[in-house]
Amino acid sequence: MNPTKQIVSGLARRQRAEKRFRLYGLTAVVLGMAFLLLLFGSIVANGYKAFTQTYIELPIYFDPAVIDPSSERDHQTLFSADYWKLVKTAVYQKFPQASGRKERRELTRMVSEGSAYELRDQVLENPRLIGTTQHIWLAADDDIDMLMKGYIDRNVPEDERRLNDRIIGYVDSMREVDAIERRFNTTFFAAGDSREPEQAGILGALMGSFLTLIVTLLLSFPIGVAAAVYLEEFAPRNRFIDLIEININNLAAVPSIIFGLLGLAIFINWFGMPRSTPVVGGLVLGLMTLPTIIIASRVSIQSVPPSIKEAALGVGASRMQAMFHHVLPIATPGMLTGTIIGMARALGETAPLLMIGMVAFIVDPPGGFTEPATALPVQIFLWSDSPERGFTERTSAAILVLLVFLIAMNAAAVYLRERVTKRF
Amino acid sequence: MSPLFLIFLLLALSSAAYFFSQRRMLRQVRNANVARLSSLPEHFGMLGAIWAGAPALLVYFVWLIFEGDILMAQVLAILPDPESMAATRELLIGDIRNAINNPMSYQMANEEVRMAADRYQELSQTATLALTATCLSVFAICSALVLKFLTPQVRARVRVEKIIRGFLLLCSTLAIFTTVGIVLSVLFEASRFFQTVSVIEFLFGLEWSPQMAIREDQVGSSGAFGAVPLFAGTLLISFIAMLVAAPIGLMSAIYLSEYAPAKIRAAVKPMLEILAGVPTVVYGFFAAITVGPALRGFGQSIGLDVASESALAAGFVMGVMIIPFVSSISDDVITAVPQAMRDGSLGMGATNSETMRRVILPAALPGIIGGLLLAISRAIGETMIVVMAAGLSANLTANPLEAVTTVTVQIVTLLVGDQEFDSPKTLAAFALGLTLFFVTLVLNFIALYVVRKYREQYE
Repeated sequence: MNPTKQIVSGLARRQRAEKRFRLYGLTAVVLGMAFLLLLFGSIVANGYKAFTQTYIELPIYFDPAVIDPSSERDHQTLFSADYWKLVKTAVYQKFPQASGRKERRELTRMVSEGSAYELRDQVLENPRLIGTTQHIWLAADDDIDMLMKGYIDRNVPEDERRLNDRIIGYVDSMREVDAIERRFNTTFFAAGDSREPEQAGILGALMGSFLTLIVTLLLSFPIGVAAAVYLEEFAPRNRFIDLIEININNLAAVPSIIFGLLGLAIFINWFGMPRSTPVVGGLVLGLMTLPTIIIASRVSIQSVPPSIKEAALGVGASRMQAMFHHVLPIATPGMLTGTIIGMARALGETAPLLMIGMVAFIVDPPGGFTEPATALPVQIFLWSDSPERGFTERTSAAILVLLVFLIAMNAAAVYLRERVTKRF
Repeated sequence: MSPLFLIFLLLALSSAAYFFSQRRMLRQVRNANVARLSSLPEHFGMLGAIWAGAPALLVYFVWLIFEGDILMAQVLAILPDPESMAATRELLIGDIRNAINNPMSYQMANEEVRMAADRYQELSQTATLALTATCLSVFAICSALVLKFLTPQVRARVRVEKIIRGFLLLCSTLAIFTTVGIVLSVLFEASRFFQTVSVIEFLFGLEWSPQMAIREDQVGSSGAFGAVPLFAGTLLISFIAMLVAAPIGLMSAIYLSEYAPAKIRAAVKPMLEILAGVPTVVYGFFAAITVGPALRGFGQSIGLDVASESALAAGFVMGVMIIPFVSSISDDVITAVPQAMRDGSLGMGATNSETMRRVILPAALPGIIGGLLLAISRAIGETMIVVMAAGLSANLTANPLEAVTTVTVQIVTLLVGDQEFDSPKTLAAFALGLTLFFVTLVLNFIALYVVRKYREQYE
């Protein structure tokens, strides 16, 4: 057979192979995008409802006999009064048909236990409430919340449900008179952690992350830039500098959990720094972020044309002056881009923080760098372990908040890279 | 005066020294004749500030590093019978520290610990006063020296630049210190572990159950530290992850670099990169809440028994996480292949896919392998996904539908929560950490070497 014929006869097969190959590639890209959509879709679907919370309207009678029997308006008395009793009385009055201990206990369980503190704060703020009856919207218990959000299936047999028919009946009757509704969940943004889903919020975790990131930034940015400047401009070519460079490249690929072990062994056990605190977390994350910042800063310094430095040297500047007065200002946006990306990674990092004990159950938002705290990703980890449906929902919502921060940081980095960085 | 305030005071004094030195030099050359100064006035200012402030700041930091230990030693010395109060010195110190830092622990602590904590607070107040006095007098002495030695003839710029250079060098050596710190800390604790458990048993033992007996005579929980099931579990999950990530990452890199129109490439590439920026805890949640149950449900529908924390779910999600990593490295490597090779192949009449499979991929193979090695090292060291979605019990199996545990999961479970630093259980975590560090280090090293060799080949 002559070669031309051979080629022509194989052409169709080869073109089919070409098409197939192309299809494989397209499939891979589509799969990648599908995973992305699935990931975000499942988290949004699980979490968007956590931004609302069910509230119940109750006519609360601020009974002077309960709150302040001696009517002296003493702060301590007002502070330690039994506000839960007011809630109980109000629910019993609202549903007089409930009788017997068991049914009454069910009734009170519809309202969040945090309501007592809510009432206490209102009274402390405005003692004139005592003796009056106010219609107050109180947070419902997480089971009621789940029912309102449609997570509890009414068709399931009663004994397999978390709520029995009686309670569902109460909820429906309140629905008819608009005494129960879903409102924006301010608690989620204004409270610390809690064992009860309806009282749990991310404020403490956000504060912890914020404090940790400040320490991280203070450690890694100046040192990273200084190291990059040295390695790019002043370092001699010798074995020692090679060792430094190898170290930086390797540290960039060391698993983050190893940095946690370092923090535990060195900072906590050896230096005796307090466990679970933002300062230790920040130091560990700072060491972890350092290679990223050094590498990004070096690239950024390299991208400044040598003519700028040479011009400065030519008119008599020292190498130090040429670097700090002329090269660095041009390289700054690039360095900031790398730093923001490094910070974003540090914000999402969980494993090293587990090692240094930032997983404790902490209710109050931290007030300083040396107070016990958690961080947002750790809070996500902690909540994801809780069996309550309300926490699953809040975990997803916390993830959404975390992702919003990450997207904002990355957008800032992209903006710096595309708009502010000078091109030559 | 609190230490924090002191450092601000010292910094303020140093900046005062800056302006003072600068003015003084200018005055000495009578302002008009600036050319008689050997350096710019600002250099004199900086040198003055460094001479005056640096020694005091140095004293400050050295003092603070050692203060805690010295005070604690003093406090322990006054305690009547420190040995009887807690099992070890470390535990006692820990108790006292907790009582100092945390009012709640103080309330719960016993009489002696409270006394120690009170004594510590007293001593630390005295120490702070002494620190303030020392720092301020050091500053005063150094300022006097500045007055004496800082003259217009001093070559201030050269000296300042030398100091700055030293500082820059110090900053870049931090990377070495970090590595040394990691190696030493992990090695030290691991060596304590290997005093009780032999290396051979750790590396080749088939049984892993780190619960140690609380009482001597307790049965059934003697603690076994054979790490093979953990290694096997780690490899299984990483293997599944690579089965997902390698083909998808590589093929999407090929498609995007060779076939996709520029517009699609510009839109799709950053979207895939998003996958790399999602925190691992989010993937872990995704694996535990969505993928795990879905796989289990699917398995049940076709009659397969899938564990709810199966290796498959964790591995699959980890693979998704690594896709952008593989694809961006492959993309770099493929674009690095010289255009001439492409043109030559296409010119001979090969189709795009033939060029890719027969010419470019073989040429890019070392680089791709290097990239895959990096990806494997990342999969091995990945923690949150497996902590949240893989199992806890060591299970030596190759069945991806069963639950397995990994090295990182065990490190986390051994170290989270209450821990005492003498039990092999806690120290085992460091031995695992050492293994993990060593393996990832070797993988990274080979990978970086291969990639570099490959780049040199085409430069």
